[in-house]
Amino acid sequence: MSAHLIRNSETPPAPVESLLSIRDVVKRFGNRDVLCGISLDIAPGDFLTILGESGSGKTTLLRLIAGFEQLDDGEIWMGAERLDPIPPYRRPVNTVFQSYALFPHLSVFENVAYGLHAKSAPKVEIPERVNQALEMVKMGEFAQSAPARLSGGQQQRVAVARALVNRPRVLLLDEPLSALDANLRRQMQIELKSLQREVGITFIFVTHDQEEAMALSDRIALLRAGLLEQVAGPREIYGQPSTVYAAQFIGQTNVLHAEVRDGIAHAGMIVWRCFGPGGRVPFSLRPECIRLVAPGTPGDSADVSTAHFRGRIKNQTFGGAMDMLEIDCGNSQVLRARISSPGPLSGEREFEFTANDAVRVRDGSED
Amino acid sequence: MYSRTYKASVGVPPVLWVTVFLLVPYAILFCYSFWSVSPQQVIVHNWNLQNYLQLIRNPIYLTVLFRSMRVAATVTLLALVLGYPLAYYVSFHAAKRKDLLYQLVIIPLWASYLVRGYAWKTILGSDGVLNGFLQYLHITQRPVEFFLYSPFAVILTLTHIYTPFTFLPIYASLEHVPRNLIEASNDLGASPWSTLRRVVLPLSLPGVLAGATFAFVLTLGDFLAPLLVGGPSGIMISNIVVSLFGAAYNWPLGAAISLSLLLLVVGLLFAIERIERKLTLS
Repeated sequence: MSAHLIRNSETPPAPVESLLSIRDVVKRFGNRDVLCGISLDIAPGDFLTILGESGSGKTTLLRLIAGFEQLDDGEIWMGAERLDPIPPYRRPVNTVFQSYALFPHLSVFENVAYGLHAKSAPKVEIPERVNQALEMVKMGEFAQSAPARLSGGQQQRVAVARALVNRPRVLLLDEPLSALDANLRRQMQIELKSLQREVGITFIFVTHDQEEAMALSDRIALLRAGLLEQVAGPREIYGQPSTVYAAQFIGQTNVLHAEVRDGIAHAGMIVWRCFGPGGRVPFSLRPECIRLVAPGTPGDSADVSTAHFRGRIKNQTFGGAMDMLEIDCGNSQVLRARISSPGPLSGEREFEFTANDAVRVRDGSED
Repeated sequence: MYSRTYKASVGVPPVLWVTVFLLVPYAILFCYSFWSVSPQQVIVHNWNLQNYLQLIRNPIYLTVLFRSMRVAATVTLLALVLGYPLAYYVSFHAAKRKDLLYQLVIIPLWASYLVRGYAWKTILGSDGVLNGFLQYLHITQRPVEFFLYSPFAVILTLTHIYTPFTFLPIYASLEHVPRNLIEASNDLGASPWSTLRRVVLPLSLPGVLAGATFAFVLTLGDFLAPLLVGGPSGIMISNIVVSLFGAAYNWPLGAAISLSLLLLVVGLLFAIERIERKLTLS
C-alpha cells in the first residue's frame, strides 16, 4: 500500500512519514556478517513482518531495534531521535519474546505492571491501566495467577499485554507464535491483527513462516543472508516477486528459465510474449496460473499473449477444492499446476497460461 | 516396574549409611547426655537431667553460645556481602573469564582448612605480615596485639573460609536465572540496577538462603578457627565441647551441649526449608 515508503539503495532518503528508519545497518558476530547493510523505513501504524529463514539475521535486526545488540555500522532513527546509542531501557519500544519471558516470581498483574513501575507511572493509574491491558487480551480473570499456571497461549497474551500497557511507539514481536500449536496459532494471528488495528501501534513481527507473514502483514521485508531481498505488501510480493528466491520462499512457484528474443520468451517448447530486454531470464509462474484446456478446443498458435503447451500428467495430488498436478513437459521440465479438481487425469493434456502471469525475476539479491 | 531385589539393593546403602553414621552415634550421644561423671572421674549410668540443667544455670555456656551465634550471624552476613557480588559478577559479567574466576574461587577449598587458619595466624600475629607492613610504613610503632586472638580474628578467618560456601549456591541459582528475563526487564524500562533488585535478587533468593545456611551452620559448629586465632575472648561453643570431651573429661555435659546445638541447627534448617518452600511456591 505505501510502496513509496520503502527505501532501497536506489530510492531517496527517508520520507518524513517514516516512524522508524533503519539506515545501512551492519552487524557482525566475530567475523561473520549477520546483517550486511540493511535500510528500511517503517511508517506509523504499519504492520511490518521481517520474514526469513533461520540464520537470515531477522532476529538480530529486531534485537538491534530493541537495543539488546549493538550495531557495527549504520544508524537507527525514531522520528528525529537517534535510537541506536540509547540503552534498551530508555527506548520507546517494547518486545514480545519468543519464549514470552514472563517473570516467574510475579503474578500476571505484577508482570503487566512491571513496566509502569519501572517507568514510574503515577501510582493511581497503574491498576486501571494493567486491568485494561489484561481485558484487551481477555486475561482479566487471570490477574492474580502465577505465569507458570498458564497455558502457552495465555502466557503469550500476557506477554502482549505487558508490552502494550507501556504504550510503546513500536511493538517488536520475535516469533511470538512459534511455540503454539497450529489451531491456536491461527486464532492468535487473527487476534494480533485486530489488536494492532485497535491500538494503532506499529508492529514489527519476526517470523520464518511465510503464510503467517502473508496473513498478518501490511508489508513484508524478506531477509536473506543479511540482505533485504524484497520489501513489499503481501499481494505485491506474491504477485510480483523480484527474485527467484522471493518467488520460491513466498508461496509455491514454477521457475521457467527462458531465452528472451525480440519480446518472445522461449522455455523449452513453451513460448509466450514478454517485455523488457532479451537474454537468459528466469520467470516465476504460480501453479494456480496454469489452466487445463478442454480437449478439442482450437488453440491459436499465433496468439502469444497466452502460452500453450502439452504435457504428460506425472502425478496428481488431491487437495479438496484444488488438485496439484505435476506436468512433465519434456526436456526434464516439470511444472506444477493447481487447478480446480477435475477428477482423475492421466496421459497427455493441453495447458495454457496468460503471458503476463509469468513474472520476470532476478536470480539473486546481488545482481 | 522395578523388581524387589533391585529395590532392596538400592535401598540398603542409604539405610546403612544413616544408621551407621547418624543414628547410632547420636543414640550413643543421647544416652551420654543423661549420664554423669562421678567424683572419681568415672562416667556412671545413672539417668538424670543434671547436664541440661547445668547448661541453663551456668551462665558461661549460654554466654558462649550466644557469642557463637553472634559470630555465626556476622560471618554469614559478611560472607553473603562478599559472595553475592562475586557470584553476580562471575555469572553475569565475567564473559570469557567466567571459568577462570570460578576456579579461582574454588581453589582455596582444595587447600586444607588448617593451612588457611595458620595463614591468618601468620598474617595477623605480632610478628606477622600485617604488623610488619604497618611498622614498615611507620603507621604503628609497636606490633598491634589485638589483630590476633580476638573475635575479630575469628570472624575474619571464618569469613575467608566460608565465603566460597555462600558463593557456590548463589552462583548456581544466578546461573539458573533465564537471561531473557534480564532483557525483558530492560525492555520494559528497568535500568540494570533496578533489574538486579527486582528480578535477579528475588530469583536468586533460594541460593542466598542455601549459602547463608552453609555459612551459619558451619560457623556455629566451628572450633578450629577460635582455637588457632581466637584466644580466650574468641572461644566458641564447640571449643567448650572439645574441652569437655578432652581435658575436662566430662563427656555427659559435652554430649548435652552437642545435642542442644544439634537441635538448634535442625530447628533452623526446618524454618529455612519452610521459607524456601514459600519462595518457590509464589
